[in-house]
Amino acid sequence: MDNPFIYTSSEGCYMRKALGLVSLVVAVSVGGCKGSESEQKKVVITGSSTVAPVMLEIAKRFESKNPGVRIDVQTGGSSRGIADAREGRADIGMISRSLKSTESDLKGFAVAYDGICIIVHKSNPIKTLTDEQIVKIYKGEVSNWSEVGGSDAKITVVNKAEGRSTLELFLKHFGLKNKDIKADVVIGDNEQGVKTVAGNPNSVGYVSVGTAEYDASQGVAIKPLPSRGVEASTKAVLDGRFPLRRTLHVVTKGAPQGVVKDIIDFAQSAEVHDLIQGQYFVPITP
Amino acid sequence: MSLSLRDRILVWSLRGAALVAGAIVALIVVFLFIGSFPVMRDAGLGSFFLDEAWRPTEQLYNLTPMLWGSILVTIGAVSLATPLAVLSALFCHFYAPAALARIYRRLIELLAGIPSVVYGLWGLMVLAPMIGLISAPGTSLLAGILILSIMILPTIAMLADAAISNVPRSFMYGCAALGFSRWTTIRRIVLPTARSGLLTGVIMGTGRAIGETMAVLMVCGNAVRTPGSIFDSVRTLTANIALEMAYATDNHRASLFVSGLILTAIIFGLVMLAEVLSRGRIYG
Repeated sequence: MDNPFIYTSSEGCYMRKALGLVSLVVAVSVGGCKGSESEQKKVVITGSSTVAPVMLEIAKRFESKNPGVRIDVQTGGSSRGIADAREGRADIGMISRSLKSTESDLKGFAVAYDGICIIVHKSNPIKTLTDEQIVKIYKGEVSNWSEVGGSDAKITVVNKAEGRSTLELFLKHFGLKNKDIKADVVIGDNEQGVKTVAGNPNSVGYVSVGTAEYDASQGVAIKPLPSRGVEASTKAVLDGRFPLRRTLHVVTKGAPQGVVKDIIDFAQSAEVHDLIQGQYFVPITP
Repeated sequence: MSLSLRDRILVWSLRGAALVAGAIVALIVVFLFIGSFPVMRDAGLGSFFLDEAWRPTEQLYNLTPMLWGSILVTIGAVSLATPLAVLSALFCHFYAPAALARIYRRLIELLAGIPSVVYGLWGLMVLAPMIGLISAPGTSLLAGILILSIMILPTIAMLADAAISNVPRSFMYGCAALGFSRWTTIRRIVLPTARSGLLTGVIMGTGRAIGETMAVLMVCGNAVRTPGSIFDSVRTLTANIALEMAYATDNHRASLFVSGLILTAIIFGLVMLAEVLSRGRIYG
């Protein structure tokens, strides 16, 4: 299958606890079920590896509240989520974007927002960077902070490893190709990005807004930069003002019914906000 | 000739345990081959060394920068750690007072027991910023070499210690009787006698260095290019797997299995080398 042995989600620290997990198949909780019948309902959810870790947590909680329902979460990318939902191999597909016009045969439901922001070291005098400046820095055309209004020091460019969802969003937003990026340091997950920037006064990197906001509030030596004049905060991501964001969706073929509808309603409800925030995403409702 | 029932149970359970251990190794190798098969079929073996870059999502799979990364980090670490480790073992045996030697050995054992992620954290928060003062960003080949040296030093030191202990007492008495100085005894008698054991220690250290992942991942910078200086960022084969496995699919994933296969081949080569050098007496 598509899932690796070690599932370290880029934004996930919950998943780390489940490191031994060889497959993403959710454990079953057996017991009485809601209502009175005792048949097991099995729901298959596949798709984006960005959404999968948080969906896995949501599924676990849903199962513990609804014994008798078994949810199987698998990854494989947004395109798999679309294909599986379309062809009935999965009851619910997960995509780390919105539905395209060619996918109007499917119904999409937003479950969370994902925003990323540029971070620099706290001591860096830079207050803001334009999109153009960021592109130039990442392409290596600007290599000294003095060229963008900072002090005279060489810029250390921190990039994400190939395949990470934050990298994908970053590249798409700035119209970059990964091969054009001249990185000095390549990192895996968000926390490693924060530590790298905090440990290097002349570095620039990008992490999810949730991570940056939390770490900055905990006194870690990083400074999240605004994007196009909008401050990097989960609030700005939520109300849609923050430009560097995308919406994570689940999709179904036709209107969801029965337990599938229950799961989607549950995933959109306030009951799972802590799980969504735990994966550094922003819930769709305040 | 007849074994007692207990003996027979013991013998068969030992055979069973040995079979399980052997089968696990064989299965892992088979698994690596199966995992890497799709990309070997589609891209061929040559692409891992001849493609223009490592961009697995664009079907370019050149692993040579990572291979260089692994090799350079390992050579650097081994050449730094070996003299220190051998000297520390000699110190323990011939120069340190008994009480100090005992404490010192415990310290070396403690050093061997510290989890690699702790070394990595220290490297990222302390060592890399220090190197960064000389040449930014600090996460570099040099940082990797230094961290790995500290990590493999206890391995080599403990094996060197054991090798020196195995030099027959009678040789020492002979040296003493001939009035050799301590240094002459070490240089002309102890080191040549313990040579194969010392080499085994170095090879074990090399194996540990090349397989180390977490600490290296944290301090090396991980940019994919063949380093031009010790202050450049490098990515090792192990770090490559750890960084990209979580989100790799299809041939990208299979190409990471190839990284694993190459690492396994290197370790296999090292073990054979150790076998030859010690003439079958690795632990002797």
